[in-house]
Amino acid sequence: MENLETFRQDTRDWLEANCPEDMRQPMRSDEDQCWGGRNWVFKSEGQKLWLERMAAKGWTAPRWPTEYGGGGLSGPEAKILGEEMARIGARRPLSSFGLDMLGPALLLYATEEQKQQYIPDIIKGKIRWCQGYSEPNAGSDLASLRTKAEDMGDHYLINGSKVWTSYADKADWIFCLVRTDFDCAKHEGISFLLFDMTSEGVSTKPIKLISGTSPFCETFFDNVQVPKAQLVGTLNKGWEIAKYLLTHERAMIGGFGLAGGGMKGMGQMAAAKRGTTDGRLRDASLRAEASSFEIDEMAFGLTIERITDETKAGQGTGASSSILKMYGTELNKLRQELFMAIGATDALNFDTDSKGALVRSWLRSKANSIEGGTTEVQLNIIAKRILGLPA
Amino acid sequence: MILSEEQQLLKDSARAFLSESAPISALRAMRDAGEDHMPELWTKMSEMGWPGIVIPDAYSGLEFGYVGAGVVLEEMGRTLALSPFLSSAVVAASLINQLGSEQQKEKYLPGIASGELTAVLAADETGYFDLSSIETTASESGDAYVLSGNKRGVIDGHNADLLLVVTGGDAGMSVFAVESGAEGVSCETRLIVDSQRAADITFDSVTVSSDALLGSLGGASEAMEFTIDVAAACSAAEMLGISIETFERTVGYLKEREQFGEKIGTFQGLQHRAAQLFAEIEVSKSAVLAALQALDANSEKRSVLASMAKAKCSKVVRNATEEGVQMHGGIGMTDEFDIGFFMKRAAVCRQAYGDYHFHADRFASLRGY
Ligand SMILES: Cc1cc2nc3c(=O)[nH]c(=O)nc-3n(C[C@H](O)[C@H](O)[C@H](O)COP(=O)(O)OP(=O)(O)OC[C@H]3O[C@@H](n4cnc5c(N)ncnc54)[C@H](O)[C@@H]3O)c2cc1C
Ligand SMILES: Cc1cc2nc3c(=O)[nH]c(=O)nc-3n(C[C@H](O)[C@H](O)[C@H](O)COP(=O)(O)OP(=O)(O)OC[C@H]3O[C@@H](n4cnc5c(N)ncnc54)[C@H](O)[C@@H]3O)c2cc1C
Repeated sequence: MENLETFRQDTRDWLEANCPEDMRQPMRSDEDQCWGGRNWVFKSEGQKLWLERMAAKGWTAPRWPTEYGGGGLSGPEAKILGEEMARIGARRPLSSFGLDMLGPALLLYATEEQKQQYIPDIIKGKIRWCQGYSEPNAGSDLASLRTKAEDMGDHYLINGSKVWTSYADKADWIFCLVRTDFDCAKHEGISFLLFDMTSEGVSTKPIKLISGTSPFCETFFDNVQVPKAQLVGTLNKGWEIAKYLLTHERAMIGGFGLAGGGMKGMGQMAAAKRGTTDGRLRDASLRAEASSFEIDEMAFGLTIERITDETKAGQGTGASSSILKMYGTELNKLRQELFMAIGATDALNFDTDSKGALVRSWLRSKANSIEGGTTEVQLNIIAKRILGLPA
Repeated sequence: MILSEEQQLLKDSARAFLSESAPISALRAMRDAGEDHMPELWTKMSEMGWPGIVIPDAYSGLEFGYVGAGVVLEEMGRTLALSPFLSSAVVAASLINQLGSEQQKEKYLPGIASGELTAVLAADETGYFDLSSIETTASESGDAYVLSGNKRGVIDGHNADLLLVVTGGDAGMSVFAVESGAEGVSCETRLIVDSQRAADITFDSVTVSSDALLGSLGGASEAMEFTIDVAAACSAAEMLGISIETFERTVGYLKEREQFGEKIGTFQGLQHRAAQLFAEIEVSKSAVLAALQALDANSEKRSVLASMAKAKCSKVVRNATEEGVQMHGGIGMTDEFDIGFFMKRAAVCRQAYGDYHFHADRFASLRGY
């Protein structure tokens, strides 16, 4: 306990001294995130310093082992770091599919050599990764994917296409599901490959979202050669890795359901905008909706805490990532709906500057219950795997 | 946020005891015999020391805290065990412990802890737990007080030995411990949906000595807030148990019942609703545990969490019992089948100590809007 208190104090002092002022401002939109990678242009000196300093301590990946450059923190220490960052409103220094998705899978399934090669660059934000899972005919039914990898002796030859690949046009590398066996049950012939997006034969075509931005792409592979050393895990056993990675992705997306640190509650925001009578939000219907929302939001936040604690104590419910994903994303969509209700007609502004941020993030939130596996797919998983309902 | 080993042990032993001694069939038998409470069950619970769970050691309690009371209530919710545990041993005992003088605590708490004395809160006069509208008065008369007024819907109030009567008026809220047999106390009961009785109690110039006043005249507000938190969080725990049990029985039925040549659990229309409900129950588990822990820690978030838990569990138990009946089809509507009992008890728990709307409203006010 005493050690933890020392840790808290040291962390607080370090953050105070090292977190640049502009990295303590709430993010106004997705534009304020730092994604890193070879081609990243830092939005400010503060953003650059913040990433470098946090990465040097391994605190972009607080719980990962120090041998790969991670922070090596214990669960309680990582929690303290999170709390201390929230206390000063510090931004996440690095948004990264490497951190949220690929890294955990590599730590579990990759060879020592592969870990040494890929993990430090994820932690430092040097390589930006994208996720090549979905295909035009393999969405919810992901295992029916058909992008092909042929064994050419010293390398694999990749042909096919992916779709909805977030930031494929900005990413340096891709973690990609490919079919290496067509003559077996669909889950059994899938392999997990890593390759450089600058490889010959890779091309991308951005797709515009309803929110007006183009964060994802169609991705094409035309005779792309991938060295065999870039296969993760066993050939044809990639589905297990794919699913493990998805549990991390889902837990991460579920986190969208959490209340933003340092932000006013929904009801107080509404009260600030609509006014109060005798201390009560003037619009009674909005007040009722806000309190219903905040009750769920609070209970959900506590659920993440509880599940985290249970997992640590080895008592976790299986498939909890599906619960969090489903619940958290539906909650975030409701949050965005309420923001729109509070903003009212002003909130309809679709200008590309910050004035349009509200409506764009409302539109963007509709993807939360699709990306990473739809709400319906999560409900199927809960029904079958946890409740054991028959197929 | 996990249970300690002792808390888990208590929960396990409560589960074992209640499924043995207080299954639904016992409730059914009680009802069919035209009775409204289960005195033998209370005797057994008392032998195990349960009535003393939240009462301090100094007053012969177990001092096991609100998480302890909550896990027992959750298990009581599973079997719909009827007892004065929540009303007397948890709610009334907490109020006395908060407000009473040393002497008053000595006088009442050991009796409550042993189960021999049952006390009940007689606060509401509106039927919807509006404690701002209390009209019962206490007027000083020499060394005594004279109480007059009407209390409504005190569940199991006619079986309690001691009534904790909340009075209003200009002085503010006060609480008096009045023996139910005192001159001027009269009581009418009505059968309520879960086979219990609710008492409407009239205090017609009831004279009590000044040592019946718990705390100071007009000084009960803070202790009442604490007591509402206790009642809300603990009744949420009971509702959680009802939700879990109803849900498990329903999922069991989905795996059993066949229609269209298949188990009805294969139909996605039912699967998704069941999965949704499962997630809601998981979320309400966290709400309850956090609220109970906040009571034990007497943290500043105590009231917010208590109202959150009561509101959340009220909604979820409504959903769980409704789906419970619906997914059982016609048989779910029959008296012979047990699932309806859960719906009926849930209806009572949802109303007890403030319903969803009361607590959602209180939550909003506490959160500054
Ligand atoms: C913003 C965004 C970013 C994304 N980023 C990536 C990325 O980086 N990499 C990547 O690989 N993919 C990405 N995706 C793709 C995403 O994973 C898929 O869109 C998702 O898995 C759904 O697949 P689909 O679009 O083909 O929809 P479909 O599978 O065609 O689903 C259509 C509808 O049918 C429902 N449905 C399908 N099957 C069932 C069933 N068995 N039971 C009940 N309902 C069902 C779905 O729930 C949905 O409502 C992204 C998607 C979005 C929106
Ligand atoms: C008060 C009352 C009065 C009645 N009066 C009459 C009467 O006068 N005459 C008469 O003939 N009958 C009567 N009924 C019977 C009534 O029509 C049936 O109860 C009803 O059709 C449902 O059948 P079940 O009870 O066998 O439920 P089940 O068919 O076993 O259904 C159980 C659950 O599974 C669901 N389910 C079943 N199949 C599917 C599916 N394919 N997809 C999704 N969900 C499914 C149901 O919706 C239900 O939630 C009465 C029932 C009640 C409760």
